[in-house]
Amino acid sequence: MSQFASLTEATPDAAFVLIEAYKADLSPLKVDLSPGFYRGEDARPWILPSVQKAKQALLKDPTADHEHLPILGHAGLLDSAQKLVFDATSEDASTIASIQTIAGTGANHLGALFLAKASRPQTVWISDPSWINHTEIWQLVDNEIERRIYPYFDKQSFTIDVEGTISTLQSKAREGDVVVLHGCAHNPTGLDFSKDQWKAIANVCEEKRLIPFFDLAYQGFATGDLAEDAWSIRYFFRNTSLEMLVAQSFSKNFGLYGERVGALHVVCRTEGTRSKILNVLKRLSRAEITTPPINGAKIVAKVLGDKDLKQQWQNDLLHMSDRMSSMRERLVDALRKRQTPGSWDHILTDIGMFSMTGLQPDQIRALKEEYHVYLLPSGRVSMTGLTENNVEYVAEAVHKVVLAAKPQ
Amino acid sequence: MLDSRFSNISVLVPGEGFSPIGAGFKDDTSDKKVNLGAGVYRDDNALPWLLPVVKKVEETLMQDPDRDHEYLPVDGLASFISLARDLVLDLASDASLIARIASIQTVSGTGANHLAARFLAESLKPQRVWFPDPTWVNHKLLWSLVGDVQQSFYPYFDPVSRDIQFDNMITTLENEATAGDVILLHACAHNPTGVDPSRIQWEKIADLCERKQLFPLFDCAYQGFATGNVDDDAWAIRHFFRRGTLEIGIAQSFSKNFGLYGERVGAFHLVTNSPQAAAKSRIQLMILQGGEISTPPAYGAKIVAAVLGDADLRRDWEADLTTMTSRLKNMRQALYGELTKLATPGNWDYLISQIGMFSYLGLTKEQINALGIKYHIYAYSTGRISISGLTPKNISYVALAIDSVVREV
Repeated sequence: MSQFASLTEATPDAAFVLIEAYKADLSPLKVDLSPGFYRGEDARPWILPSVQKAKQALLKDPTADHEHLPILGHAGLLDSAQKLVFDATSEDASTIASIQTIAGTGANHLGALFLAKASRPQTVWISDPSWINHTEIWQLVDNEIERRIYPYFDKQSFTIDVEGTISTLQSKAREGDVVVLHGCAHNPTGLDFSKDQWKAIANVCEEKRLIPFFDLAYQGFATGDLAEDAWSIRYFFRNTSLEMLVAQSFSKNFGLYGERVGALHVVCRTEGTRSKILNVLKRLSRAEITTPPINGAKIVAKVLGDKDLKQQWQNDLLHMSDRMSSMRERLVDALRKRQTPGSWDHILTDIGMFSMTGLQPDQIRALKEEYHVYLLPSGRVSMTGLTENNVEYVAEAVHKVVLAAKPQ
Repeated sequence: MLDSRFSNISVLVPGEGFSPIGAGFKDDTSDKKVNLGAGVYRDDNALPWLLPVVKKVEETLMQDPDRDHEYLPVDGLASFISLARDLVLDLASDASLIARIASIQTVSGTGANHLAARFLAESLKPQRVWFPDPTWVNHKLLWSLVGDVQQSFYPYFDPVSRDIQFDNMITTLENEATAGDVILLHACAHNPTGVDPSRIQWEKIADLCERKQLFPLFDCAYQGFATGNVDDDAWAIRHFFRRGTLEIGIAQSFSKNFGLYGERVGAFHLVTNSPQAAAKSRIQLMILQGGEISTPPAYGAKIVAAVLGDADLRRDWEADLTTMTSRLKNMRQALYGELTKLATPGNWDYLISQIGMFSYLGLTKEQINALGIKYHIYAYSTGRISISGLTPKNISYVALAIDSVVREV
């Protein structure tokens, strides 16, 4: 009899189940619009030219080895990461405690763990909807920290219910609560606050003394403009007195997904806290991973630290975000052409990889089973899976499932 | 000045402070300085050593047109996981045995220990986790973060005999351990003492685990790196496994035996009694991993998988293991020889009987301090030295320094 026989029968993440199903699908027509990673025009992974060049340069480095990074991580990466997110000066750097993490998930996790130990928040507020893993991350860190949702997505109008967001935080959030905010390119809706709305959110956070925890997974990838994509975070950094956190991922904007490159930044507003925070972060990280992985960190540091490579990288970002934009246009054109019932215009203004389609579970199932087009159960579609070759087919499939569902 | 909510955090996280060795050594400008602190392999020139087989594989990977940076699955690279499992356990491709094992790629040995601790704390709910006294400095900190498991030490190292105080160890566990307790065992090349149980002692430990229904958790960080022979180094784990009566955990690191420290390559294997338990456990492990890191880092795992999956490369790797272990053995022999020549007071035989990267010199804190301050030789205040810091160039100097502090401090 096993000591593990009575484990609850748990189910793995729905997204991963889909990945397996897609792999097993033998249809030549199949289209994967579920995953959150970039694909090129040929529907294959794309190695950014800036990354390729950096790797070649690193190969020639005679001092390269596989030694441990420091516990805080790659110094060059952290320095560049701070500048990238905050547009930080060297003066600013002394107010930011930064540590390299296992990509964005690791940064979200370490930040949550740090807060659970250091400030013991009662509640963490997560947008409705949000990246599925936000809830899991906080639940695993400390189940006693209440997870609550703030209104975000208005399903009827495909807009943000910003009044709902603000009034909920205003009336229900308590001092010290954590608010998870998406820096840009909200996952899964693709809807971001406007600058004025961000200012209003900042005001509420300031007034209620909340802890903003930004998840920044798409800087540069969202609009192609690094400063624009970090505007919200920079506004909070420069224009509030709030101690805030940023979980920064380099998975999408460098295409380095599996190398797991990320950083956690904790903004300090009081003399002397930075070194204390760094000590705690070091201990927590030491206890779980000892040191972060070096391979991807070297590549990102190389690109960000070299003027020409950085320029190439910005071109690469434009290439990716332009492709997303043009696929959005193609899809909406194709749906309009067919006069497919539904509200599709928002797809043109949604930002980043994703849009919500408003498709219902039975329609999503039909898309998968009859047309071999895969969306997440939530109705989220990822533009990265669309190409010139398949966008008409996808529009046709959506058209058919929408019509099939209409009452006679 | 704003008040910070983080003003009073410094004492929150229990555990060891960081050893100041690293900083002391780094800032020391003496050209005589020797680093006997770090648990990483160094060559005869005190430099990191890129294993030739790793270099070969990296060059191949670089040329591979299909090479990308895509996400691994949550549980890691499938080929790596099964090769890692088959390295430590002799399964002879027995499908019924394999079905009882849940394996997952982790962020090196630390990640494996962490995931193991987290998973076991939740699923077994052990009253206690037992560490050998002494143990790797990170074990206590790591377990303190995963839940309310009481930590205890079982007698292990006898500083007088420089051997295992085996009877004490067994008696203590016999009397004080309760069913379901986790017992942490170093598979080989015990860190920090370098003293391992004999095979007969391992058998008795396994008997104890059966009798008391303890859960053995092996920390396997030196397979191949201890004696140079991967099978010999896995003997203890395989013995426990072969009994067929014990469910066990194995936290496996590829940092030292592949020199891939910074790439963070590791795995955790849970051997259960049933395929159903293994299947459930595997999913739970994936949920825990998914909620902390999503997926493990790809690069290092690809290298290890390429080596272990190819017979020729595997032979090359074993030759590289021989290079490293021979060098360490030579340095042990050399230091022993020098101290004997100097007739340094004390018994230094253990230097050549202890295994792996480390030795416990049995020096006092004051003597270790003096080594640092007077002689620019840096070791842990506990007396642990890393043999890999010794080179043909510095061995006489180190021996003289040890001789001095033993006589004078």
